[in-house]
Amino acid sequence: MINFDKFSLENGLCIIVHQDKSTPIVAFNVLYDVGSKDEKPDKTGFAHLFEHLMFGGSINIPKYDQPLQKVGGENNAFTSSDITNYYLTLPKQNLETAFWLESDRMLNLAFNKKSLDVQKKVVIEEFKQVFLNQPYGDAWLLLRPLAFKVHPYQWTTIGKEISHISDATMKDVKVFYNTYYNPENAIVVIGGDVDLNQIKKLSQKWFGSIPKGNGQQRNITREPVQISAREETVRRDVPADAIYKAFHMCSRRNKNYHATDLLSDILSNGDSSRLFQQLVKKQKLFTDISAFLTGEIEEGLFVITGKILKGVDIKIAEKSLNKELSKLINHQLKESELQKVKNKVEAALVFSEVMILNKVINLAYMELLGDADLINQEVKNYAKVTTQQIKDVASTIFDKNNCSTLYYLSN
Amino acid sequence: MDKSINRKKQPTVLAIQSVDLQGPAIIKLDNGIPVYFLKNGTQDLLKIEVVFEAGLANQPKRLISSFTNKMLSEGTSSYTAYEIAEKLDYFGAYLDTIVDKDYASITLYCLNKHLDNLFPVFEEIIKAPVFPQNEFQILLNKAKQDFIINQQKVKYRASLNFPRLIFGEGHPYGQMAVLSDFKKITHLDLKNYYHTRYHAKYSKIFVSGKLPQDLDKNLNKYLGSLFFDENQSDFKPDFSLQNKKFENLHIPINKAVQSAIWIGKRLFNKLHPDFIGMQFLNAILGGYFGSRLMTSIREDKGYTYGIRSSLASLRMDGYIYISTEVSTEYADLTITEIHKEIDKLRTDLIPTQEIDLVKNFFLGQLIRGLDGPFAIHDKLKAVVLYDLDIKYYQHLIDRIMKISPEELRILANKYLSKESLIELVVGK
Repeated sequence: MINFDKFSLENGLCIIVHQDKSTPIVAFNVLYDVGSKDEKPDKTGFAHLFEHLMFGGSINIPKYDQPLQKVGGENNAFTSSDITNYYLTLPKQNLETAFWLESDRMLNLAFNKKSLDVQKKVVIEEFKQVFLNQPYGDAWLLLRPLAFKVHPYQWTTIGKEISHISDATMKDVKVFYNTYYNPENAIVVIGGDVDLNQIKKLSQKWFGSIPKGNGQQRNITREPVQISAREETVRRDVPADAIYKAFHMCSRRNKNYHATDLLSDILSNGDSSRLFQQLVKKQKLFTDISAFLTGEIEEGLFVITGKILKGVDIKIAEKSLNKELSKLINHQLKESELQKVKNKVEAALVFSEVMILNKVINLAYMELLGDADLINQEVKNYAKVTTQQIKDVASTIFDKNNCSTLYYLSN
Repeated sequence: MDKSINRKKQPTVLAIQSVDLQGPAIIKLDNGIPVYFLKNGTQDLLKIEVVFEAGLANQPKRLISSFTNKMLSEGTSSYTAYEIAEKLDYFGAYLDTIVDKDYASITLYCLNKHLDNLFPVFEEIIKAPVFPQNEFQILLNKAKQDFIINQQKVKYRASLNFPRLIFGEGHPYGQMAVLSDFKKITHLDLKNYYHTRYHAKYSKIFVSGKLPQDLDKNLNKYLGSLFFDENQSDFKPDFSLQNKKFENLHIPINKAVQSAIWIGKRLFNKLHPDFIGMQFLNAILGGYFGSRLMTSIREDKGYTYGIRSSLASLRMDGYIYISTEVSTEYADLTITEIHKEIDKLRTDLIPTQEIDLVKNFFLGQLIRGLDGPFAIHDKLKAVVLYDLDIKYYQHLIDRIMKISPEELRILANKYLSKESLIELVVGK
């Protein structure tokens, strides 16, 4: 059970406070409700580039990192298709520095030309390091546009191509900031050995006077239902063939989400899971295989990917994989197998509450989904899933017309 | 706008002078294995880590150490690999096996309520593995394929080659696995290695979390009678070997988009009197986001997504290394800049302001490393494995508080001369 208090400032900023007396540090998380799904198709990678610029100095504070390091703090951030999330941890006695830093960059940025030029280069290096200079590194750049034809989930957060990053202008930056970096588009979560009244005072002091913003409405076209199987084959200089199968699935807030998540666990969470036991250990077709959800808020993907053992025909491996998926449609799962994955999820949830930083990030995300208290209902939501529901979800998802397959072959 | 606050001025900065670190309770099992108990945390879960002196340096043949460790849970005298997996998964447990240059460890993470169901299987994993041929073959196939894939990553290639460059080919810390090694090991090698190194005399146990009452009794019951045979013949690594070849290396990869650059040298471990000073100097150079290398090479020039300098402490030795990946066209420029930054440390005094900042960052990092029972577990382990105790961290703080620019410059001259640094470039 994670306790918390929640309040809002007049400008719409939502603030959540979680008290944990056992830790010497305070974690401070600011979630902005903007991700790569909010980008235009010809300006992709922008939300993530922007995340880098948030460290380039704000209106009153020329350098973000230095004052934080001076009080023994550290920070980082990540961007996904849905959100941009900034977090820092620091020794509790210096909590106010976090308010000072985060409120100033919510108030306004310095819009420094040099910072933009340099961070464009840094992000391009990141693009190369993560996506181009790695074996299988471009698989997601291929798979997403295969699965999504309309929805902006078709591009990765790094962007479609390097030129979108190098073409970004200061004007783009300003428009983006003014649209999304506002109190009413943000959720602040503070966790640690803190006092609620003190947090209220500090919140009012530092965030209270920031103008609220102009009420941005999101208008994203839904992906039409996929009606036929899609596939793409590429050849690359990699040592082993790999297969990627992406199926459309329900949204994060859908009633079938927890069953869908458990379905992926049945397939591949742990060494006793079905795909590992059948395809890696018994049939020796794959060297590794995993099934997972891409984790978006709107309708995302259920992905199965594996590397084929050298000498095995990828089509034969795929056939056996499909057979495993059919089993879930045609046979009812045993209660004990479902209980196993529920136990695993429960343990994972409790383990995710060990570190204060994880707790504040999760609270912010749950609040974005609708209510921070969802964090305390997760175990229950998973426990409610039935074997019949798993079967139904499997039938809906594992339809060949709902699948996009990428054959990533060795040259 | 509220004029009553001054947004240009940082709120009062309170310095950190000490850390509140509870020492562990220590007991010895009947077979002599010391157990370090850290009872803390808010969640009903725990971690049991059994550490053996069975790392890469101790192996008589390459790859044995890591395969032995991985194979522990692949079948025991009473459970098949599948039964072990099924049991661990059913009770929501997570088993972690880690091998580094000195140690091999096996860790069980679980909720307290399931521990009684898991102990018997955990006991067998540690005390009665049988190393089945079939499971070994599957693991070998996967590891071999991963190895081939990883060879395409410039960073991996660099990390693989660098220890060999600085310690030398025959040194226990200079070993480098090659593809043909995968053909040379059998499941019998693993069995032999297990019998020589997975012994009470080579073991320590660390437990942390909201520990249940009877844990000490249960640890003794399940792990207190671990096989202990003094007569086993044992491979003795020779740590005194000196590196005869001392040269830079360039591994060309034609299609590389980025090059991995590693620069560094052999140094010493945390028992050396200059270690803390070098740790501090390392932080200034490349040990945090605002470090000189990050500021110059990423934040000023944009050559890289990241660059860092690290100090590695090993049981018998240690080394310092700077590592980065940069666009191939920036590789030479980056190397020049790295040397420029090191050169500055040797000639100029570091400004007091920068030293104060890094002092605070350093101490903050220490405190941030105490978030939750498992983080404290790691901090404890990092000293106990050097026969130090938890007081080391207060000593570290006291030492850091006193560090001066003059001392740092002396250290830079003593240990970071350009001629003594080895360069490795993987890429173009």
